[in-house]
Formats: sequence, C-alpha cells, structure tokens
Amino acid sequence: MQKVFGRPEALADVPTHYCPGCTHGIIHRLIAEVIDELGVRERTVGISPVGCAVLAYDYFNCDFVEASHGRAPAVATGIKRASPGSVVFTYQGDGDLASIGAGEIVHAASRGEKITVIFVNNAIYGMTGGQMAPTSLPGQKTTTSPRGRDPETAGHPVRVCELLSSLSGVGYIARVSVTSPANVAKARRALKKAFEVQLEGKGFSLVEFLSTCPTNWGMTPIEALKWVDDKMAVYYPLGDYTRVPEVG
Amino acid sequence: MAEKVLMKGNEAVAEAAIMAGCRCFFGYPITPQNEIPEYMSRRMPEVGGVFLQAESEVAGSNMVYGAACAGARVMTTSSSPGISLMQEAISYMAGAELPCVVVNIVRGGPGLGGIQGAQSDYFQATKGGGHGDYRLLVLGPSTVQELVDLTMEGFDLADLYRNPVMVLGDAILGQMMEPVEMRERPKRDLPPKTWATMGAAGRQKNIITSLYLDPAKLEKHNLHLAEKYGRMAAEQVRYSAYMTEDADVVLVAYGTTARIARAALDRARERELKVGLFRPISLWPFPYDALAAATTGAAHVLVVEMSLGQMVEDVRLSLGETKPVHFYGRTGGMTPSPREILDEIVKIVERGA
Ligand SMILES: Cc1ncc(C[n+]2csc(CCOP(=O)(O)OP(=O)(O)O)c2C)c(N)n1
Ligand code: SF4
Repeated sequence: MQKVFGRPEALADVPTHYCPGCTHGIIHRLIAEVIDELGVRERTVGISPVGCAVLAYDYFNCDFVEASHGRAPAVATGIKRASPGSVVFTYQGDGDLASIGAGEIVHAASRGEKITVIFVNNAIYGMTGGQMAPTSLPGQKTTTSPRGRDPETAGHPVRVCELLSSLSGVGYIARVSVTSPANVAKARRALKKAFEVQLEGKGFSLVEFLSTCPTNWGMTPIEALKWVDDKMAVYYPLGDYTRVPEVG
Repeated sequence: MAEKVLMKGNEAVAEAAIMAGCRCFFGYPITPQNEIPEYMSRRMPEVGGVFLQAESEVAGSNMVYGAACAGARVMTTSSSPGISLMQEAISYMAGAELPCVVVNIVRGGPGLGGIQGAQSDYFQATKGGGHGDYRLLVLGPSTVQELVDLTMEGFDLADLYRNPVMVLGDAILGQMMEPVEMRERPKRDLPPKTWATMGAAGRQKNIITSLYLDPAKLEKHNLHLAEKYGRMAAEQVRYSAYMTEDADVVLVAYGTTARIARAALDRARERELKVGLFRPISLWPFPYDALAAATTGAAHVLVVEMSLGQMVEDVRLSLGETKPVHFYGRTGGMTPSPREILDEIVKIVERGA
C-alpha cells in the first residue's frame, strides 16, 4: 500500500501545547515539509522566540536555539555568520518581531542576512494572555485595549512586509495565510521560495503568516479563520512584497 | 621569546583575541574603546574571520550569543553604557552556558557619565549585572601586557567552563601605549563543543536554551550552575601581593589604580613607612582568603578605587572586624594621585591603631 500522508522527518513525534484551532501547528508542519523537501534538515538551525512558540525547539527535529524576546534575527545573524553552511531560520510572533524586536528585524533585513524569518502575525500577545500587539487592528479589543485599539492613543498597526520591502537586502518577502487548502498550498510555495532564496545566497527572506489565536480572540476556531479572511487580510493584504530592484 | 612591540591597550586586546583564535567579533562604537572594533574591521578579513558592526549593543551581544551557539570563539567589547545594554544577552549566555569574552573598557557613570577611565562598574561586573543567579569570571588587568595575557586566557577559561568571561579594563588602560610581548600560548586541552548548533548531521538534535518552565528543573539547573561557579571559585583565584610581609598598612587596589597605589607605596617606603600592596587580578572570584592571609600582620588596610567604594565591600567581607578597612576613592573619571594616597597613608599611621 502506498503511504500518502505522514509526519515529515523534520517534525518531532511529540504532542504540541498549542490551543485547539490555533494555526501555529499548521505553520510548523509546512516548515518541516519544506525542510524535508529541500533535504536540508541536517544543516538547519531554528531559533525560537519568546511567545507561544517558545517551545518550538521541542517540535522540530533539527538543531534549535532559544533566543531572548525579539532578538532572534540577531542570534540568527551570529549563527549564520559563524557557520555560513548552516540553513538558519527564526520563528517569531508579532510582539517579538514587530515590537520589542523591531530594531533587530529591520537591520537583519537591511544587511541582507542570509536567513529565513517565519513571522506569525496573530494580532495579539498570545502567551501573556491577550494584550494588544503592534499588529492589533484598529478597534480590536484586547486586555490592554479593552475599549478597542484607538490609533489616536495606541498608534497604528504595523505592516511588516510593506515596511521591510523597501530595504535592498531583502531577497524575498511575502504574506500568506492558512485559512483554506488553497491558501495552505500557496503558503507552502512561499515558504519553499524563502528557503531557496537563502540557499542561493540571495539575501534576507521572510514569510508573514496571518495566524489565529482563538483563545485570546474569544472565538471558535472556525470564527477565527473567518476573522483572518474578513478582517486581517483586508488590513494586511496577502501577496508577494519582494521589490524588483531598481536599475540605475 | 617574542619581541616586544609598542601597542595601545585597545589594539593589543584586539590582536590578543585574534591570536587566541577568536574569529567572530560583533560590536557597536563607543568611546573609549573604538580602536577595538576599528582594528577588528581591518584584521578579521585578513584571518578569514567575521567582523560585524551591529545596530546596537543589544543586537551585537545577541549576535555573540548566536556565534557562541555555533561553536565559534567570539568576542564583543564596549564601555559602560554599552555593557549595560548587553546585560540581557550576558544573562542568557550564562543561563545557556555559552562561552564568550566581553571586554568592558570602563568609563565614568552613572548614565552617560563621561569618557575618562573609571572603576564604577565593579558591582555590575562582579555581582550580577543582569537578572538571575549567575556568575561571570571577571579579570582585572593592570598593564597592557596583562590585558593581552588575560584576554587570551579568557577565551580558554570561557571554553573550559562554558561561561562568559569579562575583562574589566578602563579608559586609561585602553588608551595607553606600552611595550608588549604578543606570545603564543601553549594549547590547552579543552572539552569538544559537542553541544553546538550548526546542524544535526549524523547525530541527535542539539537544543540551546535557558528556559526551564518546571521549577524543579530550573532549580536543578541553577544548582548545576552553582556547582560550576564553585569550581571556578576554587580554581581561578588570581592576585599579586607586593611587600605585604612586613607591612603595617596594606593597600588594596586593582587595575590601573593598583599602579598608582604602587607609586604611592614606593614614596611611602622612601619615608620608611611599611606599606604593602595587594592587587586582586580575578575580581570574581575575589581572592578573599589570600587577602586575609596577606594582611594578617598589618594594622590597617586602605582600599583605593576609581569609584566611591565598590570593591571595598569585598575587602570588608574578607577581613570582617579583624582590622580597620579605610577607603579612598576618586570618581567620574578623576584618578587618585600617588600624593593623595600617600597623604591618606600618613593620616592613618599618625592616627595610630
Ligand atoms: C524582555 C521580555 N519582556 C516581556 C516578556 C513577556 N512576554 C512573553 S511572550 C510576550 C509576547 C509574545 O507575543 P507574540 O510575539 O505576539 O507571540 P504569541 O505569543 O502571540 O505567539 C511577552 C511580552 C519577556 N519574556 N521578556
Ligand atoms: S494562546 Fe493563541 S497563539 Fe497561543 S497557542 Fe493558544 S491560540 Fe495559539
């Protein structure tokens, strides 16, 4: 009998701690599939963030390092520079990447560090219990924006792909979601491209995933997927944000 | 024997690191240590190493964390305000047991302070600095030669104990030129870095983390670290004692201040005053027992620092109530002069026991 579905080798055979309906799990699986497909598991070093994915090092079957909050791109830079043959990726939430680590991500991108960043944007601080994130939408209720995020006082949500796409060091940058089989397939292609850009030495690559947090959004998993499509994807349009280098 | 060359302290540190096999340097400009990154930016490409000017000390020290994870010999250098920003990564490296060398060419504080030499970061260096129950090996050189030797030694010690090592200099030491011998060191037998993360080819995956969510496991990890710090404390005490045997007054000073204290000692001896000098070289572990032994015959101890009194607390811990411990300090980049120290000695002697 032909086996048509199984666990990727790069994914460890352990249960995860993610909440039911959280899309962190799908994203983990896609990364593992791409690592397997490219045959780089034994060269890969992952860097987990501070956030819900802090224990990602238990879930992947490759070398892993845990970074302090927001510093994963700096840690990745140190690993990649010291060991250029390694395939290095970070896995970061929106608080980690777009708030406390905003400096590190901008400079890793501008230097064109040959690393791949998996950016999981769930518009909230999941791990600490649902506080406002730099990517929380205008009007979004969180535990620190109980009346809804008011851009007048709490600022505007950060569009990371748009922000970074102006930097010349970026080799590939795209925003995807995993709300449907079609979107999952597109996300997988984007991830593969991001790792290929690293392997070809073409600079910094980043894939932003619009992801769910049913627990802190106070929604069912189905409602959460719909919120990604109807609300998040409007503020954060999906697509390839890689800028074609200007000539001259 | 290698010949002597005239080198500025900062450049000597950089070359010493390269000779010790350091092939990764991350840093951010700050006076008075800019010659180090400048030297590294020229020199690292020549030896096939990595030089990277980071966007901040926060990022630079986390790059050090990354390079250490990949098993590299790695260094960063800075001065006081920059070292404050590195405390996050230093704590994480201590927690994850990553070897590296951090050089602090201390300047006056607090805040932006000034750019002249000071010793006001002693507490930060030796008592923690970052969060958590951890220790750094802290070495306090007093000459450019010692700066070179301890920097080289620092890389070995970092690898030996899997722990960050801090070299605590100051602006005077970093900026002064002295003849130094850049001698190759005998190779030490060091444990292989089987824990490093560069890809899990042909082995189980490695994980580097300082996270232990289960309190029982975290306590166990802390006890393991404590056991290691105990070994460091037993094996790495360094100091020098000069003319302490017959001394009535023993001066205690480290780094640059120890040289000034030595000049004061020479003048005191010319006046037949029996003065000795005890110089801690390892600031952590502090030479508590050696200091007590070297001062048993002395009636007085005078601690001299370029701060308002930090190391003096360790001297008091060492000597307890056995004899008066006096203190003289200048701060904010001011240096105590041999004349001022001599005046203090005379005051102490005249006042009597
Ligand atoms: C220096 C520091 N500040 C704050 C925290 C507390 N903290 C842990 S996770 C987190 C937010 C994580 O949110 P995000 O990056 O969006 O990831 P998510 O949990 O939503 O996946 C914060 C603030 C910390 N661990 N370290
Ligand atoms: S708190 Fe939110 S982001 Fe975290 S695991 Fe649960 S659903 Fe996912």
